Amino acid sequence: MRVPVNRSESANAASPTPQTKIQVKDLAVAYGSFRAVAEVNLEIPETAITAIIGPSGCGKSTLLRTFNRMTDLVAGARVTGEVTLDGADIYAPTVDVVDVRRRVGMVFQRPNPFPKSIFDNVAYGPRLYGVSRRAALAEIVEHSLRKAALWDEVRDKLHTSAPALSGGQQQRLCIARALAVEPEVILMDEPCSALDPIATLKIEDLMRSLAVTYTIVIVTHNMQQAARVSDITAMMMLGEDRKTGTIIEVGDTKSIFTGPKDKRTEDYVTGRFG
Amino acid sequence: MSVVRSASLLVSAAYQRRRRVVNAGMLSITGLLTLLALAPLFWIVGYVIARGGRSLNLAFFTQLPRPLGMDGGGVLHAIEGTLLLALLASAFAIPPGLLAALYAARHPNTPLGVALRFATDVLSGVPSIVIGLFGYALIVRPQGHFSALAGGAALALIMVPTVTRTTEEMLKLVPHSLREASLALGAPEWKTSLSVVLPAALNGILTGVLLGIARAAGETAPLLFTALGNERFEAVQILTGAIQGRQGIGQILNRLFEQPVDSLPLTLWKYAQQPYPERINQAWAVALVLMILVLVLNITARVWIATRARRLRG
Repeated sequence: MRVPVNRSESANAASPTPQTKIQVKDLAVAYGSFRAVAEVNLEIPETAITAIIGPSGCGKSTLLRTFNRMTDLVAGARVTGEVTLDGADIYAPTVDVVDVRRRVGMVFQRPNPFPKSIFDNVAYGPRLYGVSRRAALAEIVEHSLRKAALWDEVRDKLHTSAPALSGGQQQRLCIARALAVEPEVILMDEPCSALDPIATLKIEDLMRSLAVTYTIVIVTHNMQQAARVSDITAMMMLGEDRKTGTIIEVGDTKSIFTGPKDKRTEDYVTGRFG
Repeated sequence: MSVVRSASLLVSAAYQRRRRVVNAGMLSITGLLTLLALAPLFWIVGYVIARGGRSLNLAFFTQLPRPLGMDGGGVLHAIEGTLLLALLASAFAIPPGLLAALYAARHPNTPLGVALRFATDVLSGVPSIVIGLFGYALIVRPQGHFSALAGGAALALIMVPTVTRTTEEMLKLVPHSLREASLALGAPEWKTSLSVVLPAALNGILTGVLLGIARAAGETAPLLFTALGNERFEAVQILTGAIQGRQGIGQILNRLFEQPVDSLPLTLWKYAQQPYPERINQAWAVALVLMILVLVLNITARVWIATRARRLRG
């Protein structure tokens, strides 16, 4: 399989000594007595794109959702181990979960715009944090939509319904909505799985341009996508018991796709498994 | 081998024929039963239109009843009373119904959530005459007089289960991903419920409210012991009189809510028992007006639900 990794190389060259933004130590998530993921250790570098790949059901989304404590919302879910953001444990009892979620934004598998206008979708976050002046909101909305490469398409219809946009536009709107609260990290949970190839390409271009200022973590089971956009790739898989997922190999994307050390990674990325 | 195959083909051809016959038979039976089930509806609607249509005229909607023996007169008092009672019932039933539904939809498996759903089901099964008696014991007896207020409260108890259950179902239709999107932006639960989930379900909720109002507007029994009836009730007169007499808002509300009122079903019930042909004819006309009112509310609500479902899919 031919793997286009040249863009990743250029991105790597732009940030030769990446700082660790999120560090995961010995993380485990259990739903009741069921251990979904365990023994996860991972370092996510700042202003880069980290892809988590692996077969369906191996706990990729579960792992991603520990980074902004969305796992808190699942009744019976228990997180052990440590996730630090800029060195501070986000599961420490003194930490305000609202603050974590403002700093670590999220984009979901299916575009999920609120059934409101485009403007109100983007302004939702800033309004939560107390921005109420119309002019200030308008500025944030324009800025966020520009960053999400959607402004030119919607500038004339900001007050029309967001769910009327196309799927790809909706997903970019969701990215703009996440950007509007000025996060530092953006988590993307298979953001293109509901989109056509052209819309997918737009989102991938957008991710590359966002990675200049933001730390991005993307979960995907599309290996070509991981190869195209990411700088770092983490390979996740079910362990020996076939129930609990863990990360079996991490490396820069090129080496994962061209010279994986783990036999299971090799089988997966070459299409012999999964 | 080939013999076996042709034999099985023969069997299957016979089987196919039998299947077609059974199918046709079943289809005719279900079709017939459907017609049978629909017949009473059209019969009732047609009969009420035929009997009631004759007595309908403008005066019927704009005048109070005339004394027996005099021709003409209308049921303005009952129309106004019905609207007033529906308004009061909505004011009493909608806020608690909405909040209960929000809770039940969000926490379906907690003890309180289960209890809420159970209580709603039980309440919707309580005979309406019992609810009337409840209103009598709770409001009429202590106050010492029948009133629109007591009637509205009794109708509210009829409305609450409909509002709560429809709202709950509509809230459950709101995709979980919308709630997640809001929470992931750092919004607290209550804010998410109020500013994302509730607006997303708004049309469906309004539908539930309309259905509730339609249900309450058609009830007679709860009003027998509460609103009682009042042939001289005229809300417009009370309002204009109050404005001309420069009465305070408290006084106006007092005159509107603290005296007995009539409603369409109540009037129908009373007129139909009287031995005078003009009253009987008017009862039919009241039935027609009531039916149209409830039908319009119902159809509006259902059209609303349908467009809503289309929008959610689209």
